Amino acid sequence: MMTLQVNGRSHQVDAEPDTPLLYVLRDDLKLNAAKFGCGLGQCGSCTVIVDGKAVLSCVTPLMLLEGKKVTTLEGLGTIETPAPTQRAFIEEQAAQCGYCIAGMMMRAQALLQRNSKPTDAQIRAELELNLCRCGTHMRILRAVHRAGQLMQTADASPAQRRTP
Amino acid sequence: MKKASPRMIGSIVALAAIAGAIAVAVIVWRPAIAAIEPSAPKSFDSALVKRGRDLAAIGNCNDCHTVRGAKDFAGGLPVPTPFGTIYSSNITPDAETGIGRWSEAAFRRAMQSGVDREGRHLYPTFPYDHFTNVSDDDNRALYAFLMTRQPVRAPARENQLSFPFNQRAVVAGWKLLYLRHGTYQADATRSAEWNRGAYLVDGLAHCGACHTPRNSLGAERTKAAFAGGDVDNWHAYAINSQSPAPVPWDAAALFQYLRHGWHPDHGVARGPMAEVVSNLSGVPENDVRAIATYMAGVFGAPTPEAKRRGDDVLAQARSQQAPQSSSTASLYAAACATCHGSDRGPPYGGINLALSSAFSGPDARNAANIVLSGIRPVAGERSPIMPDFADSMSDDQIASLLDHLRARFNQPAWTNTLNIVRDARRTQTVFLQTQPSPGAAPPDATKRDKP
Repeated sequence: MMTLQVNGRSHQVDAEPDTPLLYVLRDDLKLNAAKFGCGLGQCGSCTVIVDGKAVLSCVTPLMLLEGKKVTTLEGLGTIETPAPTQRAFIEEQAAQCGYCIAGMMMRAQALLQRNSKPTDAQIRAELELNLCRCGTHMRILRAVHRAGQLMQTADASPAQRRTP
Repeated sequence: MKKASPRMIGSIVALAAIAGAIAVAVIVWRPAIAAIEPSAPKSFDSALVKRGRDLAAIGNCNDCHTVRGAKDFAGGLPVPTPFGTIYSSNITPDAETGIGRWSEAAFRRAMQSGVDREGRHLYPTFPYDHFTNVSDDDNRALYAFLMTRQPVRAPARENQLSFPFNQRAVVAGWKLLYLRHGTYQADATRSAEWNRGAYLVDGLAHCGACHTPRNSLGAERTKAAFAGGDVDNWHAYAINSQSPAPVPWDAAALFQYLRHGWHPDHGVARGPMAEVVSNLSGVPENDVRAIATYMAGVFGAPTPEAKRRGDDVLAQARSQQAPQSSSTASLYAAACATCHGSDRGPPYGGINLALSSAFSGPDARNAANIVLSGIRPVAGERSPIMPDFADSMSDDQIASLLDHLRARFNQPAWTNTLNIVRDARRTQTVFLQTQPSPGAAPPDATKRDKP
């Protein structure tokens, strides 16, 4: 048994210490936003935030998470009150099939927490490891800029959706 | 004997001083070579330009003369040395800040004796101690290639050197001690391929600049040629009979590794070597074969003992090992073995670490660097990839993982692993912060045969 801090709550987890965090999130805690893509840490769809940093949950065993705080996409906001990053991705319609998007949002979130006004180049460098096969990269780029702006503005009313 | 008068002594001293000054001037002073009007790119023969492009790739020129993500050959890359930081120069044909006003003779002099067009001594971070053997024909091709690049306005950055190293005259003294002029003398008892390899390895490719240890004045210790050196914060392995590779290298393996960036018995090129193999992927295959042939001779035929050990390691790597039951062993199993314990080739699997020189090398630097930073995919190339663990593992966890693997492969324990990991993390953080942007896509490998 091990205690795992996820999205502000403590969970007692009955799993071997070498179990990848992704398996525990999806199978035990039923937090299905993080996706299994390659299982090799190469595609980024399993990205979550651990102590403020984007981490690939498929190659992060539980034993590395003692005393650390895990945040998944479910921990950012809800359907009723989406967080700025989630709102921005919806407003820019950045998802096509959506499989990569939870990972994209989490890595973007980690970047924006450090720097809410990243340049195009900084966003590209940060998200380089997250793969999207539908090809919505330009929308994702816009969404990350928009998320940064939303985080800075006090007025969080839904912005005008940009026509595609 | 008549006592020397003070006047006479004065004259002798004055004469000696003048003679000394003349000697120093002869050693130090070099004339400027007249500036030319920049040549029109079209004035260069395209076949010559293409040959120059291949030679520049073998010489790895872009690696030092380009800041990651910035304009090609525009210089400005900080090169740390024990004497301070030296910035690479702009070798684009820009008339004001590059070498656009250099004649071919000025370029050849820089390559062969490390003197710029104005007559100033260049620091030997520019490896002219190797380039001195580059043939005039090859210099002509290199010149044609560089003169047909996009000119970039990028003024030189001021070197940060302490006294006396900030005096370029000091370099003249260094050359007196260590610069040996001379063209390549072919060894008639060897094959043409071997001779071609020797010419490239010792000359333009300047392999020893990283792989040969340096003395206190920064010169290569020629008696310890290829015995392993240091570059950026990496160890450049010994590539002679002292090679730490668990499986001995041979010409075929060297060719595969240099041409394609990896070999199933040795793993992938990374760190500063990654750029070298990336450059070698597009040059004429025969040149890479020649380098491999010559270097196989430098490594030497393995002793029967080394060969037996290599076979044992290969057999061990191919058999599935029972997992060990310590927490570090299970960390390896969970975070590393998914790729490194698989039989898949790159990019879907990694080498069995028993075969990796990173764990049989003299210290933990390379292994620490790679765990912290992973291997980033290279745009436009089929390249190996590994996730980084800087944000999921602590220094202690990485150090115990590295020590565990070192012991597992029956190597004597490393000392100081934790400090090496800490240093690697600190250096890497600085490195990542000074990187201007993700690497500009390197030249498209499929277009390398066009000038």
